[in-house]
Amino acid sequence: MTDIGMNDLIPTQTSRQRGVKASEAVRRGLKRRYAAEARFKAYGMIAIGLALAAILTLFTTIISSGLPTFTETKIQLTVHLDEQVIDPSGERNPETLARANYRKLVLDTMTDLFPDVTGRTDKRDLRGMLSRGASYQLQQAVIADPSLIGETVSFDFPVASVMDLYSKGIFDRSVPESDRPVSDKQMVWFDELRDKGVIFTTFNTTFFTNADSREPELAGIWGAAVGSLLTMFVTLMLSFPIGVSAAVYLEEFAPKNRLTQIIEVNINNLAAVPSIVFGLLGLAVFINFFGLPRSAPLVGGMVLALMTLPTIIIASRAALKAVPPSIREAAMGLGASRMQVVSHHVLPLAMPGILTGTIIGMAQALGETAPLLMIGMVAFIVDIPGSITDPATVLPVQVYLWADSPERAFVARTSAAIMVLLSFLIMMNALAVILRKKFERRW
Amino acid sequence: MSFYFILIALIVLTVFGFYLGRSRSLATVGGHANKLHSRPHYYGYFVALWCGVPALLVMGAWLVFQTSIVEMVVQADLAQSLLIDDASRMSLVMNDIRNLASGNITSGDITADVQAAADHYVSLMNISQLAQMVVVLSLGIAALAYARQRISPNMRARNRVERAVMVFLIICSSIAILTTIGIVLSLVFESYRFFEMVSPIDFLFGLEWSPQTALRSDQVGSSGAFGAIPLFAGTLFISLIAMCIAGPIGLLSAIYMAEYAPPKVRGTVKPLLEILAGIPTVVYGFFAALTVAPFFRDSGSLMGLNISSESAMAAGIVMGIMIIPFVSSLSDDVINAVPQSLREGSYGLGATRSETIKKVILPAALPGVVGAFMLAISRAIGETMIVVMAAGLGANLTANPFEAVTTVTVQIVTLLVGDQEFDSAKTLAAFALGLVLFCVTLCLNIIALTVVNKYREQYD
Repeated sequence: MTDIGMNDLIPTQTSRQRGVKASEAVRRGLKRRYAAEARFKAYGMIAIGLALAAILTLFTTIISSGLPTFTETKIQLTVHLDEQVIDPSGERNPETLARANYRKLVLDTMTDLFPDVTGRTDKRDLRGMLSRGASYQLQQAVIADPSLIGETVSFDFPVASVMDLYSKGIFDRSVPESDRPVSDKQMVWFDELRDKGVIFTTFNTTFFTNADSREPELAGIWGAAVGSLLTMFVTLMLSFPIGVSAAVYLEEFAPKNRLTQIIEVNINNLAAVPSIVFGLLGLAVFINFFGLPRSAPLVGGMVLALMTLPTIIIASRAALKAVPPSIREAAMGLGASRMQVVSHHVLPLAMPGILTGTIIGMAQALGETAPLLMIGMVAFIVDIPGSITDPATVLPVQVYLWADSPERAFVARTSAAIMVLLSFLIMMNALAVILRKKFERRW
Repeated sequence: MSFYFILIALIVLTVFGFYLGRSRSLATVGGHANKLHSRPHYYGYFVALWCGVPALLVMGAWLVFQTSIVEMVVQADLAQSLLIDDASRMSLVMNDIRNLASGNITSGDITADVQAAADHYVSLMNISQLAQMVVVLSLGIAALAYARQRISPNMRARNRVERAVMVFLIICSSIAILTTIGIVLSLVFESYRFFEMVSPIDFLFGLEWSPQTALRSDQVGSSGAFGAIPLFAGTLFISLIAMCIAGPIGLLSAIYMAEYAPPKVRGTVKPLLEILAGIPTVVYGFFAALTVAPFFRDSGSLMGLNISSESAMAAGIVMGIMIIPFVSSLSDDVINAVPQSLREGSYGLGATRSETIKKVILPAALPGVVGAFMLAISRAIGETMIVVMAAGLGANLTANPFEAVTTVTVQIVTLLVGDQEFDSAKTLAAFALGLVLFCVTLCLNIIALTVVNKYREQYD
């Protein structure tokens, strides 16, 4: 579109008329050319605007759908711990205590709240308002302190996830009763109990202290967070020493020959291999060949270490390269060996850069999901892992598992888990930025 | 538990070795450190290395081989006492024994023979661990004594220690190569087993993909079809949609930031765009499934169209958002590498900024931009979580962006998640797909890196 304007700029004949004509043509073209200029600039701004809008939408969606998870709805019930139901023999045998029918105790207390509810379905609806975890909570309390038996104790139980959603205003009465999991009667009971102060809302500690569960109101991220921590520990322990050593060798000692060149090309290509391929490697080599345990942070950490290795090596080499040769020469001039030069002078000076690269690599590994699916870290695990060989899952995989769950209440949990994951990543990246700002030296 | 005990004992021994070596070296010269060849702590490191490294290696080897050797012994005994000669039955019995030994739930009822074998297994394991402790620790002590013996004022301790460190450094840098070899070998080996069952021609050019193989051969639909064309088409289709989003947006924002934006804007917008690159892919997948897919489904039903909740469009758009920062930061570098003199020459001839960009800078930067796009495409092809969560599983050969399609990575995940025996065509197919994925992304990367490097050299 600007072709005519450009060609008209070139005077073809030297006569005065021609010149006047040309400058007129230029003037005529100018308006169009400036319009094109403004248009082009606007395209760029629109592109940036779209990209920023995408970030904004992503964050607002996640935060707005995840925020409700940070509060939970609880019901305060006064349960009479009937000795006849729990331990009729009075022996306080732990096995009897563990097997007693706590469910009946809780549900009876629940029905006692509304003595005029008699119908079978109504009773079931009323009981359904309470979380299934209530009887477990009661069991744990009794096992921890058998002297409670026979007493009347007040407990705060979580309500069922659908009631929790109702309390947060996710379902309302405008939706026909058949289309929502909360019945009209449950809503009435719930409102009545809330007005009485029996049902109340608190900060959600369950979410931060529990491991995964089939019941949304009992599911938490602590198990996955510990799994992530163990996996990251293994990754760091392997990839940091190996990565830094490899970078030191390649940057400071390696002779410039074909082998070194192959290693360098190799590292660059490894950095671009899709992460799922590392998962296949882990499955074929670590699990099938070496027979390491499936679902374990040990194997997950090893796979992620191989994946982050190129990042760490590339960043460390850049940091080592930034240390000026004069430092090396001065140290050598004082009689240090090459190994002493590196370990006493070059490496400490390059450390901030190396650490920045390592943190960024670790942040990448923390958010990685696909390779861990391959090595079985997607199992449903209710126990909090205690060592690097226990079955475990990690935060991003937990997000994936919850996102796949059909229950409505898991959507909010998923978003909240993402918020936790993102805040870890933001903290790590902020640390990297601070390190860089604080210790970066210009030579 | 004994593992940690041995490890801690070995570490203590090594630290002790360090101090022993240091004091011993000083003792040989009567405290005059200047008479030693190396500084005293190098003698300490020398002893510590001798003490720690061989013992650690033996310990590692022991851990790797202990289980299989014990199982071989138990198995040999079993074969004699129970007269089992069938391999598959043997593996079942061994499984029971392993479960019994670790106190897990076992299948079916346990005969006295199996129980005895399990006890035997446990006792062998205990003996092995005890022997490991004795061997490892005595090896450590023996090596320590030997190294201490060798300390003399003239021994070149520093050179020896430095040589050991150098060997460690070389081993570390060869791990990158070992990883590549490991990837290639495992993929090729498993794919070879797959291609023994399914011909490569059928795999690469077949039009039907339904990997469900039945448990018994007489079941209906047991054959399983492994034609991967629908997967390749789905992968390319989603990558194409992604590039339609990321290409223009990434390139235009790179141009704006390199040519128009004042430094202040550039300083804020660039890190903001980098945020997109740091978000885990599973978050994008959730965003696609939670927000984008329902948006298309709802707007489709408003217009009377039936759009499935899993569509190529949703996955492609979100993937496009994900790769915007790749395109923009790579293109930004490339545009900045165009020499300033070209710009100034163009301005001097009276061209406006946009004319300069379109007629001078972009043609000059074209190879680099192409390289950036290729890297972004390879990223899109290898991306897993977004498509797993938003693209669906149906292997449809379609050009309708609102239908569910499936990709290579989705199929790898679905074929391998969950417990699977390791010799069915279904499981091995995942490795064949992985091999294709690896080769394609590798080729794209090599070409892209060569193009970008050539381009950089041109202006250096």
